[in-house]
Amino acid sequence: MLPDPRNAALALHRFGFGPRPGTIAAIASDPQGALVAELDQPNAGKVSDIGLWSSGTANRNAFEFNAARLARQRLAARREAVAKEADATLVADKLAVATPPAPRPQNPARENFFREAQVHYDAAVTAEIGLVERLVWFWSNHFCVSADDTVMAGAYEREAIRPHVLGRFADMLLAAESHPAMLIYLNNASSIGPDSVAGINRNRGINENLGREILELHTLGVRSGYKQDDVISLAKAITGWTIYDTATTPDHGGEFLYFPRMHEPGRETVLGKVYDDTGIEQGRAVLADLARHPATAEHVTIKLARHFIADDPPPALIEALKKTFLDTDGDLLQVSKALVMAPESWSPTQAKIKHPSEWMVTYIRAAGFTRGEAHRLVPALNRLGEPLWRPAAPKGFGDGNDDWLDGVGHRLDTANAIAQNNEDRLDPKAMLETSLGPLASAETRSTVDRAETKQQAITLLLMAPEMQRR
Amino acid sequence: MHAKHHGATRRELLLGSGALFAWAFVPKLARAEGRDPRFLTIVLRGALDGLATVAPVGDPDWIKLRGDNALRLDGATPALPLDGFFALNRAMPNFHRLYQGGQAIVVHAVATPYRERSHFDGQDVLQTGYTQAGRADSGWLNRALASLEPDETARTGTNRGRAYAVGPATPLVVRGPAPVLSWAPARLPPVSDDTTMRLLDLYRHTDPALARVIEDRIDLAGLMPGSSQNRGVSDNSPVVQVGGINQARAYFTEVAGAAAQFLAKPDGPRVGALALDGWDTHYNEGIVGGRLSVLLGALDGALAAIETNMGNAWKETVVTLITEFGRTARINGTAGTDHGTATVALLVGGALKGGRVIADWPGVKASNLFENRDLMATTDLRAVLKGLLRDHLRVQDRALATVIFPDSEGVKPIEGCLA
Repeated sequence: MLPDPRNAALALHRFGFGPRPGTIAAIASDPQGALVAELDQPNAGKVSDIGLWSSGTANRNAFEFNAARLARQRLAARREAVAKEADATLVADKLAVATPPAPRPQNPARENFFREAQVHYDAAVTAEIGLVERLVWFWSNHFCVSADDTVMAGAYEREAIRPHVLGRFADMLLAAESHPAMLIYLNNASSIGPDSVAGINRNRGINENLGREILELHTLGVRSGYKQDDVISLAKAITGWTIYDTATTPDHGGEFLYFPRMHEPGRETVLGKVYDDTGIEQGRAVLADLARHPATAEHVTIKLARHFIADDPPPALIEALKKTFLDTDGDLLQVSKALVMAPESWSPTQAKIKHPSEWMVTYIRAAGFTRGEAHRLVPALNRLGEPLWRPAAPKGFGDGNDDWLDGVGHRLDTANAIAQNNEDRLDPKAMLETSLGPLASAETRSTVDRAETKQQAITLLLMAPEMQRR
Repeated sequence: MHAKHHGATRRELLLGSGALFAWAFVPKLARAEGRDPRFLTIVLRGALDGLATVAPVGDPDWIKLRGDNALRLDGATPALPLDGFFALNRAMPNFHRLYQGGQAIVVHAVATPYRERSHFDGQDVLQTGYTQAGRADSGWLNRALASLEPDETARTGTNRGRAYAVGPATPLVVRGPAPVLSWAPARLPPVSDDTTMRLLDLYRHTDPALARVIEDRIDLAGLMPGSSQNRGVSDNSPVVQVGGINQARAYFTEVAGAAAQFLAKPDGPRVGALALDGWDTHYNEGIVGGRLSVLLGALDGALAAIETNMGNAWKETVVTLITEFGRTARINGTAGTDHGTATVALLVGGALKGGRVIADWPGVKASNLFENRDLMATTDLRAVLKGLLRDHLRVQDRALATVIFPDSEGVKPIEGCLA
């Protein structure tokens, strides 16, 4: 990589969450080395889980809350029915003395969501560069679940994604597919082998949703040669991967359970390979092979390069990443290092539009703030079309410029509101130097300099192409 | 915004701003005279073109200076005559009515001591009252209030002596040691057309893909006609169309009207400030029927809202409209004006002895222009403000010359603005 004063700022925007005060200078002598050093940090990707609920606890607490709420509603309905039977002339008196409804208790799942969201954003805001957190966000989106379907979305990211973000892809794949959040989100928890004991007795069968998405989205990629039979076989191989029933097992409700009674007996053939029925190991064996399949290497490394570098990444970059992936048996630390060390990753053109969430964190860091309040970020990102842990489909949020370009107009409204509400504590010229420095174009500098008001200067800086892109 | 037609309660103010300070007094000397004065300052950020607001139609060099862009008394859209020498932009019929009724004053060729052309520094000097930028974090209006002796016996409400700021951010002019109440409309103000156009200009020079997004947004909002030939800044057609006009007018009216509602309350605050943006008219200024005339019309609507909402308190009210500096005397190459020096200050209110233009007119002959480009400043804005603060709020001369407008002993307060 040729020495270029812009590369430090570029590294922070492209591979991290944008500069904080002083970070451009701190990594200026060796931006690539700084990125590699962040990857090599002990405990990279880990966050403290103090005060956070495990997926099982989240599930149980939400269940208890919902059960109690249902009981209250039924009790109220019962009382109403009794009142209706009473003499109509007494109704007015009854209403007059009726006790007002008790204040609605806070929904513990909602509170837990915001605690998880805060940890999620804090890690991004406080990271030195943010490459590891960007990888966490990338893989969390690759193996997405939806908070609309499970109260465990935050715990899922900590439990299934973070431990493996610089580990082996095969381990992350297994952790994701066997996590209760995923089993609920893609319906495998209720998928039953039709010839299993439970399937025969209850006359039920498989749900192939998770099996299909493992092949189409998580590993091989769409149109990579697998057939419908492969989908069904994989779905059968992972029958019995479910969760403890929360209603009847208060100690372990919501936790992973391999339930042999639901598992489809017999061999399964996936991509031409026969897998003996080894119970839970059958599905694990299929996943292990899928993880090291060349199509998987191609699919996930193209996606990685698309996310960080360009909608159409240079073929040489894809080749390098794919080779690393296959040579190292899917070692994501080595793949990530290959990404930042590849000369093709350092085009001075900021080809990609940031996701709204990345842009918001870029702003918080540029301002020198040490925290972004989840209670503000979550609604802001809902408006900007990237609701946290709530993708519209299992494919996750799109990663092409076309997915985000149209929303840039909404970012202008957001930038204007940020500038309005924080004018007193933001300095647009300092933010420009902090976040862009040598990366700022002459046009951006003069646009910010010539702004009519400080507020306008802040708005225009936040909207500058160098801030929107990476 | 949810307009409150009976002023803000303490709770509403808390909700609106999150900032409330427990400190109160009433100006004792004014009270002793049986008066209960109200004082509202409106900061027009962006540098208002004073010559496009009030034009020297009687100056023989005027038409030559501005040509087709000159306000004039003849022609298809004649300006509103003030005193035979000056005429008012016809976008301001309410101001004209107040002027004719003796409740409005124009101060022309006026400027702060600042003689450079940075918005930020100019606004800093305008609002701090210092002679240079970066000297203080407090505004002259706040320090004026802090200098007043409270009349404890007349205290009837908790809000009374506090300065009052309207808008999402407290203007610097009211920040400082005296406690400030602030209130913001619940609805965020729209992104100004000017900000949008500047961003579009940046994107056009650097990022065509992003530029298209903003162009689509503008088309969608109906801010300008869809045909692409109307998109260039060299086009003389006004940039702002119906959507933008209504947005600016509604927002100005809302914030100014809200300020007046609060100031009118018997137990409400007595001194307030707000800031209105959008005056930086570098291209397609639109002095008649364009962007500036839209903004002046919105401002004029805001003045009418203040007058209406002040009710009986209007007769004890002074409103000052001030801006950081003026604009170039001549029109630039993009049908606009660049940063200049002297401009106008507009005063309205029932407490004024109005119907006058106060000006030591320097003339607009090239040799009379400041640095051969700007209207020469012949009146110090501090003289105007010192006169008003002294005669209306009874701020003491000594404080005015030292604490409020430091190093201004030589700047004599203008006499006789009050009725």
